[in-house]
Amino acid sequence: MTSTTERTQRGGINVARLLMSFGPLMFLALLIVVFTVLKPSFIDPINIFNIMRQISITGLIALGMTFVILTAGIDLSVGSLLAFCGMVAAVVAKGGTANTLSLSTSGTQGFGWFAALLAAVVVGALAGGVQGFAITRLKVPPFVVTLGGLTVFRGLTLTISNGGPISGFDASMRWFGTGLIGPVPVPAIIFAAAAILCHIVLRYTRYGRAVYAVGGNAEAARLSGLRVDRILISVYVIVGFFAGLAAFVLSARLNSSEAVAGIGYELTVISAVVIGGTSLFGGIGSVGGTVVGAALIGVLQNGLQFNNVSSYTQSIVIGLILILAVAFDRWLKSRVRR
Amino acid sequence: MSVAEAATSSPALLAVEGVTKRFAGVTALSDVSLEVRPGEILGLLGENGAGKSTLLKILSGVMPPSSGRIVFDGVEFNPHNPQDAKRLGIVTIYQELSLIPTLTVAENIFIGRAPLGPLGLVSWRKMEEDSRGIIARVGLDLDPATPVSALSVAEQQLVEIARALSLKSRLIIMDEPTSALTETEVQKLMSIMGRLRKDGVAIMFVTHRLEEASAICDRMTVLRDGRLAGHLDRDGGPIKLPKIIEKMVGRAASELYARPTLRDVAGDVRLSVRGLRTVRDPQAPHAIVLEGVDLDLKAGEILGVAGLVGSGRTELARAIFGADRIAAGTITLDGKPIAPETPADAIALGIGLVPEDRKHQAIFAALGILTNFSIAALGRYSNAAGFMAERREREALASYRKTLSIRMASPEQPIEGLSGGNQQKVILARWLARDPKVLIVDEPTRGVDVGAKAEVHQILVQLAARGIAIMMISSELPEVLAVSDRIVTMRRGRITGEMPGIEATEEKLMELMALDQTQEATQ
Repeated sequence: MTSTTERTQRGGINVARLLMSFGPLMFLALLIVVFTVLKPSFIDPINIFNIMRQISITGLIALGMTFVILTAGIDLSVGSLLAFCGMVAAVVAKGGTANTLSLSTSGTQGFGWFAALLAAVVVGALAGGVQGFAITRLKVPPFVVTLGGLTVFRGLTLTISNGGPISGFDASMRWFGTGLIGPVPVPAIIFAAAAILCHIVLRYTRYGRAVYAVGGNAEAARLSGLRVDRILISVYVIVGFFAGLAAFVLSARLNSSEAVAGIGYELTVISAVVIGGTSLFGGIGSVGGTVVGAALIGVLQNGLQFNNVSSYTQSIVIGLILILAVAFDRWLKSRVRR
Repeated sequence: MSVAEAATSSPALLAVEGVTKRFAGVTALSDVSLEVRPGEILGLLGENGAGKSTLLKILSGVMPPSSGRIVFDGVEFNPHNPQDAKRLGIVTIYQELSLIPTLTVAENIFIGRAPLGPLGLVSWRKMEEDSRGIIARVGLDLDPATPVSALSVAEQQLVEIARALSLKSRLIIMDEPTSALTETEVQKLMSIMGRLRKDGVAIMFVTHRLEEASAICDRMTVLRDGRLAGHLDRDGGPIKLPKIIEKMVGRAASELYARPTLRDVAGDVRLSVRGLRTVRDPQAPHAIVLEGVDLDLKAGEILGVAGLVGSGRTELARAIFGADRIAAGTITLDGKPIAPETPADAIALGIGLVPEDRKHQAIFAALGILTNFSIAALGRYSNAAGFMAERREREALASYRKTLSIRMASPEQPIEGLSGGNQQKVILARWLARDPKVLIVDEPTRGVDVGAKAEVHQILVQLAARGIAIMMISSELPEVLAVSDRIVTMRRGRITGEMPGIEATEEKLMELMALDQTQEATQ
């Protein structure tokens, strides 16, 4: 308490503060340099675009998760919800649950890619809304509600698909997963566009301010006239929407909706958000950080693979990096506060 | 009588000698001395900011004094931390109880020192048997296996006292122990304090409640503005209230603030409250409920609401603001009945609230000053599409920064880096940005240093001059006297008196705030 004297001098331009905003970004740059030195072909555009395609699925969900974590919430159901939305998209795209890989049947009896996309995002948003409702009105903690959601959505997925995949979409839908615009993969463009949109919403709108405020101090937000419950529900709708969008892109890329898709994605997604500097206690964080966090994980995975590190070792490394990144963040903040 | 005599003749158990505590530039406690003897109850009294809590923190080992000496049981007493102080035999029981709610009574009593059986495992039977005896000493008759969360605040307090006794504590300091208790619970606590006194335990009773202190204390030490205002002794009978009030108020405190000049405030009635009652919240069965409050607030006036902690003043503010549920009664604003169900409703109607607990209810500590400032007026600083009009927002903040002289580095600076006074100015600016009709300020200068207090008072006076109806709740009487045009006093969820600010004195207000139940009934 004694240290709350005003820091009116120097608007806070110091090294620690700078590191704090760019820490993850510098770490990302460092990784890229290291991997390039180890194997120069790492930096080839082909590989870079490959990484971008890889991170776009979990990256999209991480964008939504940023909203949730900014309110000090969490959503563990996103992996299952992705599988569920993917299955819904497949059923709509194909007009049934028939698993036909023959590409000749393209779009004959289904409703086309647009209907599939719409179904995926609407179902995702609705599922998020239901979870948000349970969190705010039934007062069940987000961790519990979405842990329940994790099982429920997986179960629903298996019920629809009878456990198997639904494969074989027409070319117009597959384009969203495998197409290129110039040299850039379409999923990467979707991710970039969504990231920019989210950044604008959080940084420049009334709604964005409210999200930060609710996460920063829910009681103060309520006493400042914000409808806290509505805002909380909305962030779960947003993450659900992005789970649906990611599901559509993933199905399009794989030309198949798998009942076992997205298992463990919640961990990758939450890692990306947290590595990107968003505080699990709410109120602090940014979309930019999340994009860097997602890229960091993507580069790490790809770079390790590139150097023939086994996937077992990869998960060890990524887990450790997550802990280190957060420890580093804490350390920096403790220095800035002083 | 014989007990008191025995006490006065015995040597002091605790002697505080010339203790001073300075914080960066502020002297919170200056050359304070007092004594507590075994088998006596010493009352420690003083207004908010008199230095009571600083002294308590020193005695309970939270922080060391800057200078001076403390002798406990003949030995110099320098605890390094609260555990140290406890081990040496001084236990402090705070308003916020330190029991662990999910553990049982027995587990709490024996926390960290559970009795072990032959195999080195916890002997639950012995623990419960011993606990039964320990809690019986404080007149508690309950199953030691009950979780603490199931107990009332009063029962929890008794468990804490019982634990202190089982730790062979010889001095128990009680910080405002009665503020959350009902009348019968207070009586019970008093009788247990009396019993402990007979057993030779020394008790330091820190309280706002003068009549309770008068009823039970053998002696009193009164602090004022961080200094010793005097000692009072029981002289044949209880120490009389006027004597205590005189010591507490002194003269210096009133001179801190300028008296209000009579302003021309005859505005229309803005806010009118009739028969306001709140419901008892089953989650907080001991919280204060409003028992029918009538109140009028005029445009351009500052209405001071004086009351002790637990008088219902904050509850009144929250009920009007839609933050707590109303059970009965009506509120009208500019003649129209209103029924705000949420703060958002009240805010939309033109009511603002600067809450009492700034840290938990007002500021967004980690967020920038700009966000903290505009959060209640996002609609005013954004366009129809929902985008923030940041330039307008920044200009508005810059202008408040100037008019309220907010000392800050930049709009992006996290608000937690500001001093209490500057934080409070940002919160005031938050409401000014909405042009409220009614502004309720609850303890507006709590945690604000002396210089900035006067500035906050000035701001309130200027706002009233602009026609805003201001209701100012405060437990600092000099503050109430300094800025209020009219003052009402509250106690136990009721209004107990009203007078123009010009006619009010601290003595008069203190009497109205401290009226006990029987006097109320006869009024």
